Formats: sequence, C-alpha cells, structure tokens
Amino acid sequence: MSTPDTRETAGPGVETSAITAAALALGDDALVLSHRLGEWAGSAPVLEEEVALANIALDLLGQARILLSLVGDEDELAYLREERSFRNAQLVEQPNGDFAHTIARQLYFSTYQHLLYGQLAAGDGPFAGLAAKAVKEVAYHQDHAEHWTLRLGDGTPESHDRMQRACDTLWRYTGELFQPVDGLDLDHTAMESAWLDSVTAVLTKATLTVPTGPRTGAWAAGAGRQGLHTESFGRMLAEMQHLHRSHPGATW
Amino acid sequence: MVTMTALEEELSRIAGAVPDPELPVLTLEELGVMRGVHVTGPGRVEVTLTPTYTGCPAIEAMSSDIEHALHEHGVPDVSVVTVLAPAWSTDDISEEGRRKLAEFGIAPPRPQGPAGGPVPLTLAIRCPHCGSTDTELLSRFSSTACKALRRCTACREPFDHFKEL
Repeated sequence: MSTPDTRETAGPGVETSAITAAALALGDDALVLSHRLGEWAGSAPVLEEEVALANIALDLLGQARILLSLVGDEDELAYLREERSFRNAQLVEQPNGDFAHTIARQLYFSTYQHLLYGQLAAGDGPFAGLAAKAVKEVAYHQDHAEHWTLRLGDGTPESHDRMQRACDTLWRYTGELFQPVDGLDLDHTAMESAWLDSVTAVLTKATLTVPTGPRTGAWAAGAGRQGLHTESFGRMLAEMQHLHRSHPGATW
Repeated sequence: MVTMTALEEELSRIAGAVPDPELPVLTLEELGVMRGVHVTGPGRVEVTLTPTYTGCPAIEAMSSDIEHALHEHGVPDVSVVTVLAPAWSTDDISEEGRRKLAEFGIAPPRPQGPAGGPVPLTLAIRCPHCGSTDTELLSRFSSTACKALRRCTACREPFDHFKEL
C-alpha cells in the first residue's frame, strides 16, 4: 500500500466519541485476531484444530461486525482503513508463528477477553448485551487454549521448549491489554491481577515458567490503541484488504 | 408478557415453523431463536430473532427464509430485526427440539438451569447411535460453532454434541 495516510482520526466518517472509540478498540481486536486465526485454514496441524481455530475466528468476526457497526460501515472500516487507523492491541496482530505461538496468543487474549466481557456484561453500558452473549463463547476459547497449553507445556521436550519460547516472546505485548480505554468503565487493576493469577496457574500446571520480562514500561511493547503497530501488521492488512481494494463494491 | 393478537399468533406459527438452515430437523421455534412477531401496520410485520452464536452465519438465511414464508402468506412488508439481549442459551431449545436432535444423530445439550443457581451436575453425554454414556471429547469445536466433536467408546462412532451455551 503506497498511499500515505495522513488522517489522525479513526477513519472515514468515523465519530470519535468515547463509545465509538471503545467499540473500535474492541472491534479491531476481534477483527484482527479473527483474520490471523483464519490464516491457519488449510495448514493447521490436524483437521480438528483447523475446524476449532476457524470456529473461534468466526465467533470473533461476529463480535467485530457488531462492534464496528456501532462506529460506521463495517466493510469500510475493515477494508479501507490504513494501518495507523486501527486501534487493536499489538498482541492480536502478532504473526501465527508455530502452533505454540498461536496457542500462547490465544491463552493471553482469551483470558483477558473473558474477564473484559465478564465485567462489561455485569454493567449496563452500551456493550452489556454483546458482552453477556460473547462471554459464554469466549469461555470455550479460553478452555481450548488452556488445554493446549497443558498438552504442549507438559508434553515432549520439543513441545515444552516451543511453548515456553512462545509464552516468553508474546509476554511483552500483554501489558497493553490493561491500559485504560476511553469509553470503557472498567476496573483495570482487578482485571490485570485476575489475568495474572489465571495465566500463572495454567503455565505452572503446564510445567512452564511464568515469563519474567517487562509487561509495561519503557521495554514493553504496546501502543496499538494509539495506532502504532508492529511490522507484520501492514503485510497482514495488505492481504486482508487486497480483494476489496482491487474490486471496489464487489459482492457475491 | 405482551399479549399477541390472533393474527400475530398465526404469523408467529408460520415464522416459527421455518426450518433452521443448518439443522433442518429443527424449526426456529424449537431452536428458541424467535423472540417476537409484531404487526406494526396494515400488511407490515416485524419479527425479532436472536442469533445462537454472535458470528453465526445462518442468521442471514434465517431472516430471508422468514421473510419468504411471510410473503407467501400474504404479508407484503416484513422486517426481521436481530437482538442480542437476553442472550440465547441452549436451555432455550425445546423438549421436542432435543428429541429431534438426538434422533438426527446429534447429542442434545445438557440442561444448565438458571444462571447463578446451584452448580449443575455434570451429566454424561449419551451416544445418539447406541445410547452408551461412555463417550469422549475429540474436539471442543466441530462442523459448526455450536457443536463439539465426540466419540462413543462403546460403538466407536464419532458424533456431534450440541454443546451447552
């Protein structure tokens, strides 16, 4: 994509009220992770996992469609925004890597998303209806990720090493998940400590070492919510948006 | 509970009798996704529908099938609205729906009871082919988001289980 993006706002025709900003952040998380999981179609280690990852991707795509529709036209938002206009956390855009990386990303994200939707469902804000529905679906995503973490971590020396490497590599992207998002009235501190407890319990049971690197601060990654993304995200978007940009207005 | 007029009850029966596009043994009424039918004007009807899963692609086919069925019945102006709350649960599947699922070879979801109630018992999932309760989980996700893949350890047949939501 060669067109320079000079827009400071979230995209074409987007209102930047607090609620739409929050919908964009959560919707972009769901959309981007959905696309990443979809990349496994045709190349997952076993057929059952191909189906599982596609099902999880479909749940996330459903959430993304509802959230982005609160902001504007879902297709325009998904296919016509430039990289800097996306508000997803950097964790979800990380490449699939080997299967262990995908599972570590799923473990970190689904644990966070389950806590997030749990809090939103308990409130009466604009996302309560979606959250009450999605929290039940995400419980299955989290269960799936936890079982695979146990299986790989407490598996062969090779699977253990790969799972450990994946957990270490992605650790630095997890702090960003608990930075306040405009328009979301959440107890981020409670969410972060519940997340740490949950992930620590799973990793320990899986005979893995809880990573010790920074999750926030100067050495941590994160600024996706401000529109700053990591290198591989541009390539992912190029593939995701290619068809729509090449054939504007095309339909089935 | 809002009282329905005789016309709304009739239209509700017609819309509710539309088969699920992915599980055609079930009607939308039995699946529990119909939330209401309201006559909003002469020849104008609004149907409220709730998706099973947030990303369920069948919702679009359900909407157009309902529109088609009501058009056939002489209602010119049909709009189908989707609502998310209260969230659909597998407890919304009727008894008759559960029976039909089992007959079709899909183990029906176990009842969950009201949210926040006592911890539910973990009942065994019965093989829809031979009836054995000795079954194992192969994958939490199967041919659609709403099903898990299991295998019967007695007759060795794999089968889908409509998982609890």
